[in-house]
Amino acid sequence: MRFYEYESKQLLARHGIVLPQGSKVAHTPAEARAIAQEIAGPTVLKSQVLSGGRMKAGGVLFADTAEEAEAACAKILELEINGHKPRGVLVEGRQPIAQEYYLGVTWDGIAKQPIMIFSDMGGIDIEEVAETHPEHIGRKHFSTLIPFSDHKAKELVASVGITGSDLNRITRFVAPLARIFAKYGLTLAEINPLVRLENGLFVAVDAHVDMEAEAAGEHKELLAELGIGEDETRQARPPTPFEIEGKRINEVDHRGVAGNVTEFKGSLGLIIGAGGGSLTLFDAVKKHGGDPANYCEIGGNPSVSKVCNLTKLILSKPGVEKVAVMMNVVSNTRVDLVARGVIKGVIESGMDPAEKIAIFRIPGSWEGDGFTILKKYGVEFCDRSVSMYEAAGRAVAKMRSV
Amino acid sequence: MSILITSDTTVIIQGITGREAVTMTREGLDYGTHIIGGVTPGRGGREVHGVPVYDTVEEIAKKTRVDASVISVPPAFTRDAVFEAIEAGVKLMVVVTENIPRFEVAQMVELADQRGARIIGPNCLGVLSPDEAKVGGLGGRAEDAKKAFTKGPIGVMSRSGGMTTEICNTLTAAGLGQSTAVSIGGDAIIGQSYAELMPLFEADPETKAIAIYSEPGGRMEADLARWVKDHNSRLPVVAFMAGRFMDEMPGMRFGHAGTIVEGKADTTAEKIERLREAGIAVAERIEDIPVLVKEKL
Repeated sequence: MRFYEYESKQLLARHGIVLPQGSKVAHTPAEARAIAQEIAGPTVLKSQVLSGGRMKAGGVLFADTAEEAEAACAKILELEINGHKPRGVLVEGRQPIAQEYYLGVTWDGIAKQPIMIFSDMGGIDIEEVAETHPEHIGRKHFSTLIPFSDHKAKELVASVGITGSDLNRITRFVAPLARIFAKYGLTLAEINPLVRLENGLFVAVDAHVDMEAEAAGEHKELLAELGIGEDETRQARPPTPFEIEGKRINEVDHRGVAGNVTEFKGSLGLIIGAGGGSLTLFDAVKKHGGDPANYCEIGGNPSVSKVCNLTKLILSKPGVEKVAVMMNVVSNTRVDLVARGVIKGVIESGMDPAEKIAIFRIPGSWEGDGFTILKKYGVEFCDRSVSMYEAAGRAVAKMRSV
Repeated sequence: MSILITSDTTVIIQGITGREAVTMTREGLDYGTHIIGGVTPGRGGREVHGVPVYDTVEEIAKKTRVDASVISVPPAFTRDAVFEAIEAGVKLMVVVTENIPRFEVAQMVELADQRGARIIGPNCLGVLSPDEAKVGGLGGRAEDAKKAFTKGPIGVMSRSGGMTTEICNTLTAAGLGQSTAVSIGGDAIIGQSYAELMPLFEADPETKAIAIYSEPGGRMEADLARWVKDHNSRLPVVAFMAGRFMDEMPGMRFGHAGTIVEGKADTTAEKIERLREAGIAVAERIEDIPVLVKEKL
């Protein structure tokens, strides 16, 4: 779950990280003018979007007076960046910069520990710095069992050759960032650039925070305080009503999973799953030239009513002509229950299962009972001797004959 | 032979009185797994399918040797259950619970490393060595597990529990049995990655080849490719990479928690390239896995 820059900065500021002067969000040009008046000096105005490339797109503007700030804000509010409208405009004081640094904390999945990264070449793409100037990058892992200690931060900063008062001043950014990372279940906490001003003081000019979806439940209070709604997925795009309904179907019934839906524009509804099986099957449908209407996982032995409601949802979507019900060889999902659920859903939608279900390929537990039901309704099904790829191919072939 | 578990491995189940764990106990016993006890705090003295229930792991460990523990408790209690098993001296923890925050997983792994223990998972279905033992829910009912998994020379590692069964079933149908199948888990941080399990397969004289199932997200494949090159592995490896469609949709989350693509090195295209560079064959379809394995044997 990605945070907007202003949310990231609010979180950092609570833990003593110094931000540029002002640093408030304006939602109207008049608000921007008021913030700029308070700052009483040159300002920078930044579009609050969850997208990179703001500077290039014209989402970052500079102003010398409050009137200029007002005009700049009006421009940015109208500007769409990579399909995103801004949530507001962050207005901050601007002071002369002496040097830019990079500071980030993220997970190292191989070492299975958090890693802090620091560079005295900040403000640019850190991966590029890592390739071209490896000696300018310091890295330091830290323990998840031992409380974070300031000396780790100092070792990191010193490893790039920084000493004197700068060493201690930068430590006051690194140590809190590492602690915030650990405390809030973050997957990324980044200050880029961290800046030394000409007067020798340091400020966090831009910040970026990502929270793990699994950790969001534990930090509801913080999210509420930052104004982040419980329904915000912060994925690459907001959820559609169809996807929200899928989620609802899943939540009202605790038995199994059914309803993790992502919507597409195609005509073949997919009830596939789960986890790895769904990725494999979606690929297979695409490879056969199929046109999926959705990606929908089922798993963990969902109830008949859950599968039924999900089937109805998928069939209710305009343009969906058939559904394919496919899984890998299952261990704990009962084949007969899934078969009952989809058939019930098709019938309750006023349609014919034999015609609407393109293929049913779920081999495994209780498959005998499942196959008996499918046969009764004339639904085409197959056992484990037919591969997932082949089953997907049969479904796509049937769509062609529609 | 097998890795991680044998028919002699003594197994306990933490959270044994839970609905899924009760099923897992039945399935494990039917398969011949040596399940010697279970733990549910406050339920000590009961039995689950004849398996005695205790309040703590320590109580069992004081009486008898415990080689492995399956952890099937809700996410909020998982870290503590794993710590409990490690502190009681258990060396293999199979964590089936999903949705554990990454930080807590890292804590479990860090403590396990310090004590010379291994964690498989979380968010996995377990480990199965055909005709030896089944630790966790992998393969389901014993009769179903016997259909899909057969004894033989292929080591299997998979980020998806369900696809572990699918791949083993496909290998079995082609006459290729398995030495051990490990569902390693679908999260971004897991106890044992492909590269960390490779030395075990490498040391097992009966394993002759490896099949892996992989997904977008993380850098585990690059790590495996490096391991294979650096150790000049005797074992041919065949990989299947799911989720190729995700390359077109960065930032969206599908399937497992680990599949969020965070950088270029996480895409399937990049991963396939790295695997191929290390001489690892990449199957286009699941049914191609046995074909490629036979070519390399």
